[in-house]
Amino acid sequence: MSENSSNELTIGQRFFRELTTGGTALTLLSILLAMLIGGVLIVVSDPDVQETAAYFLSRPTDTLLAIWESASSAYAAMFAGSVIDFEAASFGESLIPLADTLTYATPLIGAGLAVALAFRAGLLNIGAQGQILIGATLAGLVGFGMDLPPVVHLGFAVLAGFIGGAIWGGIAGLIKAKTGAHEVIVTIMLNHIAALLLAYLLTTQLFRRKGQAAPISPFVADSAALPRFFADSRLNLGLFVMLLAAVYSWWLLSRSTMGFRFKAVGHNPHAATTAGISVGRSYTAVMFIGGGLAGIAGASQVLGTESYLSTSIAGELGFDAITVALLGRSSPIGTVAASLLFGALRAGAVTMQAQTGTPIDIVLVVQSLIVLFIAAPPLVRAVFRLKVRAASPMAAEVGGKV
Amino acid sequence: MRTELATRPAESADAQPAVALTRHWRTPIMFGLFGLLALVVFGILPDGGRASTFGLSLTDDAIQLAPISVPSKLAATLLALVCLGIAAYAAWQTYLGRRVPLWLSITFGVAFVLSFLTWAVAGSEISLTSALQGTLALSVPLIFGALCGMMGERTGVINIAIEGQLLAGAFLSGVAASLVGNVWVGLIAAPLAGLAVAWVLAVFTVRYFVNQIIVGVVLNVLVIGVTNFLYSRLLSPLKDTWNSPGRFPRLKIPVLSEIPVIGPVLFHQTIIVYIMYVVVVLAHIALFRTRWGLRVRAVGEHPEAADTAGIGVNTVRFRNVLLGGALAGLGGAYFTLGAVGLFSPEMTAGAGFIALAAMIMGRWTPIGAVFAALLFGFANNLQSVLGIIGSPIPSEFMLMAPYLLTIFAVAGLVGRIRPPAFNGQPYIKS
Amino acid sequence: MKLQLRGITKRFGSLVANDRIDLTVEQGEIHCLLGENGAGKSTLMNVIYGLLQPDDGEILVDGKRITCNNPADAMAVGIGMVHQHFMLVPVFTVAENVMLGAEQTYGPGFLDVDAARHRVREISERYGFHVDPDAIVENLPVGVQQRVEIIKALVRDAHVLILDEPTAVLTPQETDELIEIMRQLKANGTSIVFITHKLREVRAIADRITVIRLGKVVGEPDVSASESELASLMVGRAVTLAVAKDPPDVGDVVVDVRGMTVVDERDHVVVDDVSFDVKSGEILAVAGVQGNGQTELTEAIMGLQQRATGSVLLHGVELLGKSVRSVLRAGVGFVPEDRRVDGLVGDFTVAENLVLDRHDEPPFASGPMLKPAVVRRSAKDRIAEFDIRAGSGATLAKTLSGGNQQKVVIARELSRPLRALVAAQPTRGLDVGSIEFVHRRLIAERDKGTAVLIVSTELDEVSALADRVLVMYRGTVVGIVPGDTDRDVLGLMMAGVPPEEAAERARQHHTLVEGLATGQDGRE
Repeated sequence: MSENSSNELTIGQRFFRELTTGGTALTLLSILLAMLIGGVLIVVSDPDVQETAAYFLSRPTDTLLAIWESASSAYAAMFAGSVIDFEAASFGESLIPLADTLTYATPLIGAGLAVALAFRAGLLNIGAQGQILIGATLAGLVGFGMDLPPVVHLGFAVLAGFIGGAIWGGIAGLIKAKTGAHEVIVTIMLNHIAALLLAYLLTTQLFRRKGQAAPISPFVADSAALPRFFADSRLNLGLFVMLLAAVYSWWLLSRSTMGFRFKAVGHNPHAATTAGISVGRSYTAVMFIGGGLAGIAGASQVLGTESYLSTSIAGELGFDAITVALLGRSSPIGTVAASLLFGALRAGAVTMQAQTGTPIDIVLVVQSLIVLFIAAPPLVRAVFRLKVRAASPMAAEVGGKV
Repeated sequence: MRTELATRPAESADAQPAVALTRHWRTPIMFGLFGLLALVVFGILPDGGRASTFGLSLTDDAIQLAPISVPSKLAATLLALVCLGIAAYAAWQTYLGRRVPLWLSITFGVAFVLSFLTWAVAGSEISLTSALQGTLALSVPLIFGALCGMMGERTGVINIAIEGQLLAGAFLSGVAASLVGNVWVGLIAAPLAGLAVAWVLAVFTVRYFVNQIIVGVVLNVLVIGVTNFLYSRLLSPLKDTWNSPGRFPRLKIPVLSEIPVIGPVLFHQTIIVYIMYVVVVLAHIALFRTRWGLRVRAVGEHPEAADTAGIGVNTVRFRNVLLGGALAGLGGAYFTLGAVGLFSPEMTAGAGFIALAAMIMGRWTPIGAVFAALLFGFANNLQSVLGIIGSPIPSEFMLMAPYLLTIFAVAGLVGRIRPPAFNGQPYIKS
Repeated sequence: MKLQLRGITKRFGSLVANDRIDLTVEQGEIHCLLGENGAGKSTLMNVIYGLLQPDDGEILVDGKRITCNNPADAMAVGIGMVHQHFMLVPVFTVAENVMLGAEQTYGPGFLDVDAARHRVREISERYGFHVDPDAIVENLPVGVQQRVEIIKALVRDAHVLILDEPTAVLTPQETDELIEIMRQLKANGTSIVFITHKLREVRAIADRITVIRLGKVVGEPDVSASESELASLMVGRAVTLAVAKDPPDVGDVVVDVRGMTVVDERDHVVVDDVSFDVKSGEILAVAGVQGNGQTELTEAIMGLQQRATGSVLLHGVELLGKSVRSVLRAGVGFVPEDRRVDGLVGDFTVAENLVLDRHDEPPFASGPMLKPAVVRRSAKDRIAEFDIRAGSGATLAKTLSGGNQQKVVIARELSRPLRALVAAQPTRGLDVGSIEFVHRRLIAERDKGTAVLIVSTELDEVSALADRVLVMYRGTVVGIVPGDTDRDVLGLMMAGVPPEEAAERARQHHTLVEGLATGQDGRE
């Protein structure tokens, strides 16, 4: 097995090797570089900095102070909003930011796994957004539209989420398998179709909350809600569902025959075909399963975090999913780790916006920069004058024709 | 003299492998299904006795034409029958082992859309001229975007970042025009913004061979992030300085603008639209008639062949991605300087992806992309027009049309599309 | 024009592909570069043509040192090249392909297509090429495509023309035509570097011969040298391709193919109503020039061709229309033609590759669970049994040498009980040692009572292994003849001549190529 060669090393040795051969170092440096550039953007657009820069020549220290103030306060707020808030009234409250981070990370895990699994089978799943939307729609429908006993209701709603996402992903996989149509184009188009479909459904009697002009659904029934852990936080059982999904994905990829087929197809579809592995069936299966996991992510949004369905239920999760899978190098464990990082970025950015007025969109900038840098190891190496070797996880082997 | 053992070159040159007669039934089947749909839904099911009225002139047109009014049920039925007739003819052609010609597909599309339109406006009136005007308005950025995608893909670089390049163009054109107080400065700044985004794409994909789709997706979000950020920080709070670019005036072209129906649509437009006409024609000629075009196409179809013929594959790719970016940037300027008059966050609203779809539907040719973009623009405009007069189908479904059609197209359900052979594959010399 | 190479050295990592190679090509001579697959011929030519940069050494044209950083530089000094894989844009016309990179234009860069057409016609007529400038290249037969390549070089005023394995894709007749074309080019003063590993062709046309082996020049034999001398120079030791084998113990029909027809993506009929059977305990070799439908035939048997009709019976059970998996499960082993593409997953380990088609069967799996430990243990045994030189089962397959990769494929296919074995080009690109090993295993499999079907384009291999030979030409069966049939007869059959007529003609003539070489070819 491909992992076997490293099985003979101790965990410590492996960690050291990973660190020195570049994978981890590269990731850390990419994050650092992205935060740095994000900082520059925060600083140059800061009115205080611009004001002091006007008399930079006469009193340069003012400008430098303003710069330091601008960047450090933004990132300090970000830390306080995502990890520990030292100024909180009680110890319990100081940990709320951490819970927020986990809340934001929850759907990212499932959506990221959807992209990561497909990636291992050689497909670029740009369609997590649509899969989340349809999953959330079905889960929501079961959640507020049906009357079932507690546990059963929740289980059924989560299953509906899985099925919704799985169908939406499976369609793309099936079209790829049957016609060879490029999955990237199909999933992009399916994302838009899903968004329009949900927008339409929210105008119908079945979905719209009574007496509401805005296109939002009723709240999901308590019996279908994912239980929350703390009163002050939206963190809910969805996190554990997602962690289970990650464990399942790990098992699928490294211990199951189906995962073996996915990887064979991903590395070399020709040889897989010749060995009797149906490439089309693998494509459909991996998109079905991946889509299902994204669907569960959608379910956790509607059943746990948000409690009702709206057009913005998926936010930018579809894009985040791609960045999470890439940062996590398409491994389930990596995806979980990357989800935590981006969950923290997002949770922190909310606080940052509230405290320093720095627009939350800085997260998008930092996030995309991280992925760009990770994608181009030579670039980061050039910046830091590193001499390391690391395989780019997304070097052009996946992709192909549109 | 040759010996008897050798066959002549002439013989082997003429000899072709036997060709099996295979028929591709998808197109006639799809035609038949859509024709039946039109017949049943637009023709048979609705109540009779209503008329569909189409206005042909605007109030300030020089030549006024009376509106056309047709009985809805009859007209829709007849048009549906035309569709079915075309389907039958396509089936006959297919039976003979011939390909269904492009003009037939276009005729089918027009008949189907007209049948739909007669049904949709039954009992009320829409102005055809203003519908076409709206169509063009929505199509302009799509056309620029599709040309952008084409410049890249013809050389083998997939550009998913059209959206980002449009948005960057829209943003910078607005900001530059506001800061200087001159819309023309905005028009110059717009392509530069698209170019900057394209440069990043080119560096990552052509120089560092990073997966083209991933870089494209990431760039879209990067541009959204940066423009949203700066909008919240500067454009929104300091609107007068940063976000008051003004608009280009509409220019009437003498004589041409007085042609009934199409005159006011095509020749009473802003400078950006006129630039678009020129760019489309130039792009089409350049791609298929010039040395530049031959080399561009060779690079996308067989980069190694181009390389051995002394063409710098990655140089051509790099330049074309930049050129595409500049075009998309220009298209972005249409949002701020042509249509709205100021920048708003994410104002391109997915136009870049519809442009990508238009490029595919247009089979990677500029003229084809124009027609696809017009079709998509028409669908988009129609849903808002129908929204006003009371649409028989939800607007969301009308908006889905481009996306559904594109899935059909790439799945090979409507004709065969063939992208450049090496599209998406980096050229790495050993 | 005179081309000289001095001390050209090219390394890829630790591999020295070219080691201080000296070569001189005089004006108007045909210089044969002879060497086995992988000897470094193509690398050398790519260096001359500017596609690769040498690590050391120099190239001189008419005594002047030149540097070719890219093909444009090479063309500028008059070097042209026809690649083994044609460098033609399939969707372009002949004229467009010919002008690409050297376009004549008018006005602001408009293509002068008429001028290009004219040039194509002119050259086509001068050499009797019969090429239509407006034909789309992908619709042309390979022989004509090759002529388009030659026209491309001539339009660019090539004085030295490099032909890289030009005959690999040609029928003997097309080869004869090419040789004729080379003579005409030579008469017009063009120098030709002719790369091949086919000895007959060398003897037919060469003015001078350079043999390279393992990246080094190992000899410059006289053109009168015998084939066996050339062969031993090329291979490095006396070649005995014939493997010891007993007469076959032929049993019942195992595989029965009836009326097989295969249509390719472009709607061309590539296998046309082919029928034959393979019996238990025999080797049936399918001979033919590359691209005459053999590949598609094997793929159709395995269930890899979508558009195949007819019937493939395995012990009376229909296989056609079944999935690849069912065919493999039914007891058919398959060694694909291109092991790197179809045989192995390069990024998988040797152990994983050894169970690629059985990963979901016991003992390697139970239910949906994979059993990595069993996979590992089994790999250890296979590696020992088949003498695979891989550090361990955990080595990635892509890091192995070609011979060892092929051993992995063979080990995988032969380590399950087989009724039939289909092996396409089982020894292509292998070193002599590996070839012997593979041949011995194939014969051993035959002797176990398996019906063995082998596809080979090498007559030597066919003669060494076959109990019966089926010759294919343009998708049809020319004939099925005994394994010991004279190779001249087989050669004629490969050009489409029916067996009886081929036998008759072979008695009366030497093959044309040999005739040309000795100047007794019936010219008047």
